[in-house]
Amino acid sequence: MAGPILSIEDLRVSFRTLDGTVEAVRGVDLHLDAGETVAIVGESGSGKSQTMMAAMQLLASNGVATGHVDYRGRNLLALDKQAMNEVRGRKISMIFQEPMTSLDPLYTIGNQLIEPIRRHQKLPHAQARAEALRLLTLVQIPDPARRMRSYPYELSGGQRQRVMIAMALANKPDILIADEPTTALDVTIQAQILALLAELQARLGMAIVFITHDLNIVRRLADRVYVMRHGEVVETATTEEMFTAPRHDYTRMLLAAEPEGHKPAPADDAPILLEGRDVTVSFEIGGGFLARKMELRAVDGVSLALRRGQTIGVVGESGSGKSTLGRALLRLLPSKGKVEFGSQDISGLDTAAMRPLRKRLQLVFQDPFGSLSPRMTVGQIISEGLRVHEPSLSHRERDRLAVEALGEVQLDPSTRNRYPHEFSGGQRQRIAIARAMILKPSVVVLDEPTSALDRSVQKQIVDLLRDLQEKHGLSYLFISHDLAVVRAMADYVVVMKSGKIVEEGETGRIFDRPAQDYTRALMAAAVDRERFGKAGS
Amino acid sequence: MTDAALDTVGAAEPRQGRSLWDDAWARLRANKAAMASLFFLAAMAIACIAGPWLVPHTYTTIYGDYVRTPPSLSAYPKADMVETALAEAVKRMRVDIKEWRQDGDRVFVTVESGREVDERNVRYLDRSDTFGDAKVESKSDDGRTMVLSASIKQQYFLLGTDNVGRDLLSRTLMAGRISLAIGLLAGVTAVVIGVIYGATAGFIGGRTDEVMMRIVDVLYSLPFIFFVIMLVVFFGRNFVLMFLAVGAVLWLDMARIVRGQALSIRRQEYIQAAEALGVTRSGILIRHVVPNLLGPVVIYMTLLVPQVIILESFLSFLGLGVQEPMTSWGVLISAGAKNIGSANWLLLFPAIFLVSTLLALNFVGDGLRDALDPRDR
Repeated sequence: MAGPILSIEDLRVSFRTLDGTVEAVRGVDLHLDAGETVAIVGESGSGKSQTMMAAMQLLASNGVATGHVDYRGRNLLALDKQAMNEVRGRKISMIFQEPMTSLDPLYTIGNQLIEPIRRHQKLPHAQARAEALRLLTLVQIPDPARRMRSYPYELSGGQRQRVMIAMALANKPDILIADEPTTALDVTIQAQILALLAELQARLGMAIVFITHDLNIVRRLADRVYVMRHGEVVETATTEEMFTAPRHDYTRMLLAAEPEGHKPAPADDAPILLEGRDVTVSFEIGGGFLARKMELRAVDGVSLALRRGQTIGVVGESGSGKSTLGRALLRLLPSKGKVEFGSQDISGLDTAAMRPLRKRLQLVFQDPFGSLSPRMTVGQIISEGLRVHEPSLSHRERDRLAVEALGEVQLDPSTRNRYPHEFSGGQRQRIAIARAMILKPSVVVLDEPTSALDRSVQKQIVDLLRDLQEKHGLSYLFISHDLAVVRAMADYVVVMKSGKIVEEGETGRIFDRPAQDYTRALMAAAVDRERFGKAGS
Repeated sequence: MTDAALDTVGAAEPRQGRSLWDDAWARLRANKAAMASLFFLAAMAIACIAGPWLVPHTYTTIYGDYVRTPPSLSAYPKADMVETALAEAVKRMRVDIKEWRQDGDRVFVTVESGREVDERNVRYLDRSDTFGDAKVESKSDDGRTMVLSASIKQQYFLLGTDNVGRDLLSRTLMAGRISLAIGLLAGVTAVVIGVIYGATAGFIGGRTDEVMMRIVDVLYSLPFIFFVIMLVVFFGRNFVLMFLAVGAVLWLDMARIVRGQALSIRRQEYIQAAEALGVTRSGILIRHVVPNLLGPVVIYMTLLVPQVIILESFLSFLGLGVQEPMTSWGVLISAGAKNIGSANWLLLFPAIFLVSTLLALNFVGDGLRDALDPRDR
């Protein structure tokens, strides 16, 4: 086909807020040829999602878009609601990040697929049904006939995302917009979904706009790349050009944002600080009125010894029990087996007896948005631990320590009277770290502390954590599914699957010579740089 | 991103942050309907509190001459009413009117009788609600005719008068005092009980939660009217009982809402973070759970107050509410409904007061909901 099928010219998006108008997109030009894959890359807040949302007229109610979005000779921004609905879903369809919430939990997968097919293509029910089945087969869902009758909760995250893709493909769109479609998935599943998308594109020939912050995905999938920052496109290049010869400083910074470095192992005679022997955590599922109880073993007989100054990386897919292990070791969950802290057996201690030890055992959470109480100021949040463990401190003294802690995590102490929602994700994670560090702990469990952050911010947080470790001789239990970060942070790695340790060893060995198939699969999904599909084209 | 690059001016001088409450207030201020309603409510509250002292009539004074007088912006008595009132007063003196005339704001009446007219008869003129300052102007030599004069009392009944001749304006304002007070007191009672109960149940969870919520279920199943009638039978009718009864029933909803909130807050990571810091249970409840609960509570409270006012009106309408001569909007509306044919203003004005107040409260509640929960719009 001659000429682009979608071209965006001078697109501007602004949002009216209480603090005045915020410009999210400032004059973006972008074009898409038929059958091509274009990636829009940028960090959160760069306006990459809003650009496409504006083109689809899906902005929030306080957003205004101006400019030209030309789709096959029609300006999409000028279309009314009904005409736009005709284009959306039929000609241009979207898949989103959250497969958990994009499906309606009350309807079966079959119904949710059949409905749009019938509406857009005016097919009788039986034919629409056959079409839905064909789509499910196309996205390689096992046993599609049975899955037609399943409800969303019966499907795993990866399967749901496949259903979403099937729905997006239902009306044979020209353009598929994929907004971070794999961010919420495990690495191995991610790889499968991306391979599926590449294969489907080769077969069906639609154009794909891929919105992502993950450069690894871009390298493996895209033909051309737009790099966005602060609502502007700073660089346009073919994928190869961008990776081999980036022109803009920001692109270079993004490329260099991969966490680097290695952590040397502590001395062999370093004392063991926290040790778990045969730790088992089981939950009872169901067991309501007249229902049978089921036992689920989230952690199944895991033994672990953390030395002073050591960082143990715990990796595994979601549901492998790695977070549960971290909490069980801190005695935040009831568990069986023995946990020793220093030379003290803490496995039998109750809440009150644990309280004095909490000062030295700290926890940092994954979600910097959820782990800070939204109604407290940063100063109050950071100094809360002091109220518990050093009740004799005066208000002034606590404030001084809070200022010190903020300085240590490189935040401006004068912001301590602000509230968490006034900070960015990376800054919030620094606040959460400051809250743990103010108590001068000896062991910190870091539960996916970098997963919710942009790559470049991840790198800063990793550097910060390493500095703090060196300065205070801390021991970390670093829980993550992100192998690149684990490689940079940990000197010892534990690979978990279904509550058990399948492999453990020094970081270098695990990464270079994984012994188990499961570990190899994890590594391959995370670090492969080969291009998906399209090998022949 | 520009992560660590926060401006580092004046590190020692902490800047004030903008809390979620500040944000909500700013959003509320942008909502015109809610702000107008807020001002209206403030005006209504001030009128009801201060009004009864400022209007010229008290809510208990009975004007026998002015039974069911229609509302009017000009003063009473009207021209044709003077003669009627005069005839009425003179009849009580057992004398006849020979002639009368009005001169400015005084009336002069010449009375005559077969016997000598007693001078003390002027008191009959004073006793009338229409006249005042009566005196004898002159007396014939035989004493059988006498000229009396009296000033005409100018009275305003802006909203008219009721069945026994009481000023409706002062009664409506007085009723507003009662209705608003009951609404606020019962609302606060319900919120306090509901928040404490619900937060405790939701936060402790487990078996305690089960037991506490089953108690709520049992109370729910009591028919409300039956409950109130029982209270009234045992303790007699009084004001305090009214709002206790209403509050005691309405806290159940509050408790359920708060429990649901507390359950979801308990699973938030900041609660886990506080537990990992070793914060005590009561510390978590006070510093983390309750402040995060307050949004929905405030919203529910503004919607609870109209509910209470309506309930009180309903009870008063049934005759279980406040006692005469004290009154409330419900009592007034009930009386007005009985006289809808002959004196429709008795229904109209109290109803306007009640409805406009409820409407304003609902607008404020709606505005607060939007302001505190901007994601849900």
